[in-house]
Amino acid sequence: MRHAMTNRAPGRRAGRSLLLTSGLAIALAAVAVPFYWLVVGATHSSRELFTSPPPLLPGGHLAENLATLQDTAHFGRVVLNSLGIASVYTLLAGTVCTLAGYGFATYRFRGREVLFGLLMLGLVVPTQITLVPLFRMMAGLQWLGTYQAVIAPNLALPFGIFLMRQSMAALPKELLDSGRMDGCGERRLFLRVALPPMRPALAALSIFLFLYQWNDFVWPLIVLRDELTFTIPVALASLQGLDETDYGAILAGTSVAAVPMAVVFLLLQRHFVSGLLAGAVKE
Amino acid sequence: MNLATPLPAAARPRRRGRAAPYLFVLPALLLFSVFKLYPIGWSFVISLHRTVAGTETFVGSDNYRRLLDDPLLWTALRNTAIVLAVQVPLMLALATALAVALNSTLLRGRPVFRLGFFLPMVTGLVAYGIVFSVLLNKDYGLVNWLLGLVGVAPVPWLTDGLWARISLSLALTWHYTGYNAVILLARLQTVPAELYDAAAVDGAGALAAFRHVTLPGLRPALLLTTVLSTIGTLQLFDEPTVLTGGGPDNATLTIGVYLYRNAFTYADFGYASALAYALTLLIGLLGLVQFRLLGDKS
Repeated sequence: MRHAMTNRAPGRRAGRSLLLTSGLAIALAAVAVPFYWLVVGATHSSRELFTSPPPLLPGGHLAENLATLQDTAHFGRVVLNSLGIASVYTLLAGTVCTLAGYGFATYRFRGREVLFGLLMLGLVVPTQITLVPLFRMMAGLQWLGTYQAVIAPNLALPFGIFLMRQSMAALPKELLDSGRMDGCGERRLFLRVALPPMRPALAALSIFLFLYQWNDFVWPLIVLRDELTFTIPVALASLQGLDETDYGAILAGTSVAAVPMAVVFLLLQRHFVSGLLAGAVKE
Repeated sequence: MNLATPLPAAARPRRRGRAAPYLFVLPALLLFSVFKLYPIGWSFVISLHRTVAGTETFVGSDNYRRLLDDPLLWTALRNTAIVLAVQVPLMLALATALAVALNSTLLRGRPVFRLGFFLPMVTGLVAYGIVFSVLLNKDYGLVNWLLGLVGVAPVPWLTDGLWARISLSLALTWHYTGYNAVILLARLQTVPAELYDAAAVDGAGALAAFRHVTLPGLRPALLLTTVLSTIGTLQLFDEPTVLTGGGPDNATLTIGVYLYRNAFTYADFGYASALAYALTLLIGLLGLVQFRLLGDKS
């Protein structure tokens, strides 16, 4: 498909190229509409939003909307909660997944296949099956309403372990062997020899874990109690349920949740997409 | 710290490493056992009980029998089946077309497009659910306003059963098509160029080449995306919750939403757990069927 017409008919090729590129550009524009409108909506009052025609350009109510959010949902605190929870989660889950991924990728040991298969069961078993017992477990520990209740249950994230095993499998065996020859202990070997070249994979894992926690909704909704401990998705959803929903404020909050993540993703996407793909398409 | 630094000559390869692999995988296994395996087993025990005013009584298979003639469960199953039968195939077809387009050397600015189409995946479910619910508002939403410009009467996107399902499908397609396209694209790039040359020599047009080279090459990735989409669809919760709350008249009620309601609104933990087990069984069965149909035929 890609070379049949490389030599012949350059004019026709250019025409097709223009057609394809503009066609996809239109599709991309359609995909981008919700993003654009999210930012526009965030800058209007609820009253302006619900007029016909709807506002198409940014208005002047962003600060007001954010102030409303602060008043009704302690939004500053909520953003800090989300940042804190996602950061701590990324750090801890990143460590757990990296250690496990390294163990499974570089050692041959008794029970390796079975144990790895067991962990991968977590990819297929629906998360809903554990909701009720986990909720009770948290109640038993008296953790309901606490941050650790949000963080702890998903630390051994099967997808993260899978991702790291995939990436770690690419480590040259000679590198590890020569490290051992030089008298490196296993712990040192991991920290000093194996980890440094894994930086891109670690970046991908970190972005993935951060996004996962930042956007997670069901579990925080179940375990968090007090408005002051809410994460962004939980706070937004709780605002939407109110009788008189202030959509201008909600969209401002949604922008705060979505836009910075999109920007971070754009900046780091190289690692993210390639890291994800390394994990996703394993043949 | 510096790899070039010579390490003490006395250090010989140590045989201390026996326990090392287990120590590396131990934290993950411990956490997984406590927060996943144990709850999975416990969930089964709960599903055999009935909770009344905080006390549990053993009722055996009662909750499972109740599943069979629960009209709401069948509604939820039907809603899920519709998404599976309509939205998932359409989205994967779209993703395949998108992947082929993104792989084409005719396309200019490929990195920008790849990124742009992937971006919706990064947005949280709650966030885009809220945006869609406002965009699709019947009286003031942007979508109906645009349709009005070309003379289309306002569509009750979220307040009519059929349209609510369509809205849910639209939102899902917006969110996941690019992600699936990226997975397919990665696979597409491993299809050897010689195969296309051979097809061209045999006189195959673009369509024939797609059917005989591209599609077979994509098979493993199509299997992966199908299985992932099926699992995701069966667990659907966030989108219907934010977009329609499961309504109108339960038209977008999913098993996930129904399970959540039973557990955390009605505190009927036993029945919710039975629902969870039924869901797991369903996912297992569908996964098996898909592997049979799409899996490696060699």
